[in-house]
Amino acid sequence: MTPPTISFTRTDPYRPPADHVRLQAEAPISRVQRPDGRKLWVVTRHEDVRTMLMDTRFSSDRRDPRHPAHMAHMGPDYRPGLIEMDPPAHTALRRSLIGEFTVSRLSAWRPRIQEMVDEAIDAMLAGPPETDLVEALSLPIPSMVISEMLGVPYADHDFFQRNSADFSRIDTTPEQKGAAVANLRNYIADLVQQKVKEPGNDLLSRQLAAGVKPEDLGPIGFLLLIAGHETTANMISLSIATLLDKREKLEAVRNDPAITVGAVEELLRYFTIAEVGHQRLALADIELGGVLIKEGETVFGLANTANRDAEVFPDPDDLDFTRLARNHLAFGFGPHQCLGQNLARLELEIVLATVLRRMPTLRLAVPFDEISFKENGPNYGVNKLEVAW
Amino acid sequence: MSTRIIANRDRCVGAGQCVLVDPDAFDQDDSDGLVVLIHSEPHSDDEVARAREAVNVCPGRALSLAE
Ligand code: HEM
Ligand code: SF4
Repeated sequence: MTPPTISFTRTDPYRPPADHVRLQAEAPISRVQRPDGRKLWVVTRHEDVRTMLMDTRFSSDRRDPRHPAHMAHMGPDYRPGLIEMDPPAHTALRRSLIGEFTVSRLSAWRPRIQEMVDEAIDAMLAGPPETDLVEALSLPIPSMVISEMLGVPYADHDFFQRNSADFSRIDTTPEQKGAAVANLRNYIADLVQQKVKEPGNDLLSRQLAAGVKPEDLGPIGFLLLIAGHETTANMISLSIATLLDKREKLEAVRNDPAITVGAVEELLRYFTIAEVGHQRLALADIELGGVLIKEGETVFGLANTANRDAEVFPDPDDLDFTRLARNHLAFGFGPHQCLGQNLARLELEIVLATVLRRMPTLRLAVPFDEISFKENGPNYGVNKLEVAW
Repeated sequence: MSTRIIANRDRCVGAGQCVLVDPDAFDQDDSDGLVVLIHSEPHSDDEVARAREAVNVCPGRALSLAE
């Protein structure tokens, strides 16, 4: 029997794809096919997605040609990044990195991130009172933060930022994207060589000091850049667009800045932008929620839909900044749960608080429903956000 | 009987969710990012509730409560 074809496109920015919501109610773990004919299992309920993401027999290793995210260049010699690895190699590499991303380590970055956000807003306020927020704020901030963490010299920030922005914009051609990726990879490889000669007080130098080989470090730096750049930028844009659309929410945060942390957490849940990030390959026959998934079949955990599971989040479609539900899956779950999540939280909190404080007249320059959203992934977001003040 | 928090560092993935839930009970080791218990005996109802929440959100299922 041919499984039903379902759409992965969001038609309403405030809701998961309608097909996914329907499946959650009717057949929470379903065999379906994508419009291009590829067959897969989708898992829609919170508890089942958590169970799936905890179980590493659902593999992340994309070198296996059966893996849904496998690409032609991932041959036997391909060196997978952290996000594409299984234990035990994954566990060892992750442990060598997470010390850099602890809550207390990151809180030391707060004053510097605040400075960066203030400078970006100074520049906006000094120019004409209308701009694309994606270019002016959402893309530059995460790029500057990660480049300083990695130890990119200040003089190269522009180069770094321009190339990482080219990589994530829709109006760049595949060739331009490819060139940007090559530029960044080469740049980071050179940077690592520079740190071998002249170690500094930065993540790359500390990794070298801990014994990581320079040739292994380049790809790690590259992953930290791409995993945290567009994702965080998308969340900044979506969060600000939403607050400008729902003025009562904006006023609530402005009147009580202490709820900014709760607003960030709730916006992460509400948008769950890395919806199709949780693609896995079953390496064995595995029973999940009463359904038998066979070896070699692929499974998608639909985190966005799981984050609207009414059994876990009462009135799940309400955007409620006082909910403080930290058990959402916007950063995934299990051993691959986002390494940079607390950096993303920090950036979002500082950006939202500072924009609300310093730009009291900020408004959308186009109606909310005319905003161009990134409807076809891999991460949900905003292509362009025209604002005025 | 009092409640005790048990942390299995082998399962910890260092996401720091427990620290966000209750920074008075949980910390992370600076060198490997893994969980460190500041104290393992929540007393007040509030402390016990936060410990329960940490157990629930922990992405590595590394935390449990013995009661
Ligand atoms: C709002 C922003 C972000 C979102 C929504 C997000 C989302 C995610 C998700 C869902 C995963 C899990 C993927 C999987 O299970 O296969 C992940 C992994 C990862 N993220 Fe993020 N992320 C964000 C920001 C960042 C930042 C700022 C950084 C780094 C500076 C980062 C670095 C990583 C890395 C290295 C991994 C791989 C972890 C592993 O495989 O062990 N992310 N992220
Ligand atoms: S929440 Fe769990 S996985 Fe994360 S640091 Fe705490 S114990 Fe470790």
